[in-house]
Amino acid sequence: MVKVKPRVLMPKRNPIERIRDFNEVTLGYSEKEALEEASRCLQCPNKPCVYGCPVGIDIPRFIKFIKERKYEEAYKLIKSCCPIPAITGRVCPQEKQCEKLCTLIRLGEPIAIGALERFVADWAQEQGIFIEPKSNVSRNGEIAIVGSGPAGIVVASDLARLGYNVTLFEALHEPGGVLVYGIPEFRLPKRIVRKEISYLIELGINIELGVLIGKTISIYDLLDEFDAVFIGAGAGHPRFLEIPGENLNYIYTANEFLTRINLMKAYLFPKYDTPIYRGRYVAVIGGGNTAMDAARSALRLGAEKVYVVYRRTRKEMPAREDEIINAEEEGVEFVFLVQPVEFIGSGEGSVSKIKLMKMILGELDETGRPKPIPTNETIELQVDSVINAIGFNPNPIIPLTTPEIKTDRKGRIIVDKEGRTTMLNVYAGGDIVIGEGTVIEAMGWGRIVAQTIHRDISTKK
Amino acid sequence: MKLLNAKWQILRKHSIAPNIKEMDIYAPKIAKVARPGQFVIVMVDEYGERIPLTLVDWNGSEGWIRVVFAEVGVSTMKLGFLDSGESIYYVSGPLGVPTHIDKFGTVVVVGGGVAIAAAYPIAKALKEVGNKVISIIGAKTSNLLIYEEKMQSVSDELYISTDDGSRGYRGFTSHILENLLENGLRPSLIWMVGPTIMMKICSDIAKKYNVKAIASLNPIMVCGMGMCGACRVKVAGKIRFTCFEGPEFDALNVDWDELLLRLKMYKEEEQLSLKLFLGKVMRNGYNG
Repeated sequence: MVKVKPRVLMPKRNPIERIRDFNEVTLGYSEKEALEEASRCLQCPNKPCVYGCPVGIDIPRFIKFIKERKYEEAYKLIKSCCPIPAITGRVCPQEKQCEKLCTLIRLGEPIAIGALERFVADWAQEQGIFIEPKSNVSRNGEIAIVGSGPAGIVVASDLARLGYNVTLFEALHEPGGVLVYGIPEFRLPKRIVRKEISYLIELGINIELGVLIGKTISIYDLLDEFDAVFIGAGAGHPRFLEIPGENLNYIYTANEFLTRINLMKAYLFPKYDTPIYRGRYVAVIGGGNTAMDAARSALRLGAEKVYVVYRRTRKEMPAREDEIINAEEEGVEFVFLVQPVEFIGSGEGSVSKIKLMKMILGELDETGRPKPIPTNETIELQVDSVINAIGFNPNPIIPLTTPEIKTDRKGRIIVDKEGRTTMLNVYAGGDIVIGEGTVIEAMGWGRIVAQTIHRDISTKK
Repeated sequence: MKLLNAKWQILRKHSIAPNIKEMDIYAPKIAKVARPGQFVIVMVDEYGERIPLTLVDWNGSEGWIRVVFAEVGVSTMKLGFLDSGESIYYVSGPLGVPTHIDKFGTVVVVGGGVAIAAAYPIAKALKEVGNKVISIIGAKTSNLLIYEEKMQSVSDELYISTDDGSRGYRGFTSHILENLLENGLRPSLIWMVGPTIMMKICSDIAKKYNVKAIASLNPIMVCGMGMCGACRVKVAGKIRFTCFEGPEFDALNVDWDELLLRLKMYKEEEQLSLKLFLGKVMRNGYNG
């Protein structure tokens, strides 16, 4: 058996220090570390990793450029497939995608593709590497993109590079969708997001803020002005547990909690006007990345104790392994095999306890995970704040105001394989179509739909 | 290339009562499609909160919208400090489901405090389609009573109350409502727009006399687009979002006590923020 060198670990700030602020936790590779990690790549001719990348980055080739210290070439190569590498390098679940298919897994640890992507992107941002964004062709075609999150960013940049006129509509006051309201500063600094978004502006994309499509402008009115409309409005509509006491004070949806912190900067209150309740004993319900983000944010707001309450076990948690480890290192306490059944108030309208039903794991369900089954035993947890991170449904505003756009029973917009909705010239992708995916899955959708729109417009003319 | 931000410029600003301002904002996209009962989310500056303000009037061809607000907290005070010619950082809308306007017959519109202005477009639209509009408006005292003439112009009957009796009936709008119902008035519908406690009491009265009622709710709100759930209320036992399912709900089924508690959620923070803001303004003036 061939002996391979171990993976070069990404340096991180120590937990005691990092939970006192919202600054980034991981520090990125130094050049030396990047070169060392890149040298582990086997340069497989069949490139299995590329099949795991929803936007099809030629991974072995960019790693080869790193080995040769041709960072600018590496950057240009990545950027040709992924318009926001500094973001995907940080938030992609590589262990479930490209790295999962890495040949090195059979010999030891896979190559750290995400860390290398981030190294290249951060290097380019530091050097101020500028890629001539203008397409050398100009095509007739006006495209409206609804939502400036990951899906919208890819559709917008792909079509702008093909020479179309693109307008990106965002309802909030900052572009980026979940990248600005959802993912916390300590995982994805907002200056990185702003830099990556500025590339869209360099591409000539118009960004219109404060426009809620379906309300400010209807889809019908958009179709009068645009040849194609892409809906990437996301799955930002929170789900509820539908148990007693759910509207008690200081029970937040993860979206509200994270939006107050990330988008509204409530962690800097009173410098910023938006307040947030700083709970001392906080329970976060759910086991996904959003739950990890919320739990770690609650710690940083000064909580003494943060529980993550999950109805299965650690093994079934949908969160990225790295994020679970980060949360564990920071002192988040996990309570497994419990399901909230009631929130109990203090008498003044604030939450003071959660009643939890103990669960056991049963047969595998349709998601391939063991089904949690309630026992008859309950326990109680003393809390002064709760964050519900059980999940989201697609945003309902466009389907509600546009009956021609059909949705399934979960409220997801129905599309064909190439992203066409049931309404002519209207396309959709990302979480509003798949439910709850990752940033890169939404981007993968964006890539497909951009090609579809390009084809449909070209054949029409 | 620059970020294309809509202008959101203040065209006119008037003080219509002590600490109550009326403001016209250039927002052509919103003005073009606004309907009675809808609102906008405003951020005064990049440090600001996102606050909902009900649309009071608008002009699609001239491209402006009108809001009326009381300067009670940091956000509304900051907004009040801006002058015509200056621009607001962010305005988004029109949000919420418009009021269902139809010919119902006789309707009652109750407006309280600064929200009389918010009741005005609803009363106006109801009048325009041929309803008999009976309006009840009330304020703490006579110089805080706003939009009296405007409400007069769209009402068949107008009743006025002030808490101290300095104008009209001495007492609350709810007293007038109860009186009218007690004397046999049976409107097809009652609209109520005002302080939550006023709406709760009016709703109890409507229930007592078995009259249908609609309340325009004013919970704490953040996103305004169905994403965060800050504005959730319980109506008929179900969680509803005021931003995209409201702001109007069946008043008789609103969980008023819960809403009243939710409105107090940030009392301490609001007071702290206000104290710091006023201190800063006194030292350096606004923008200092």
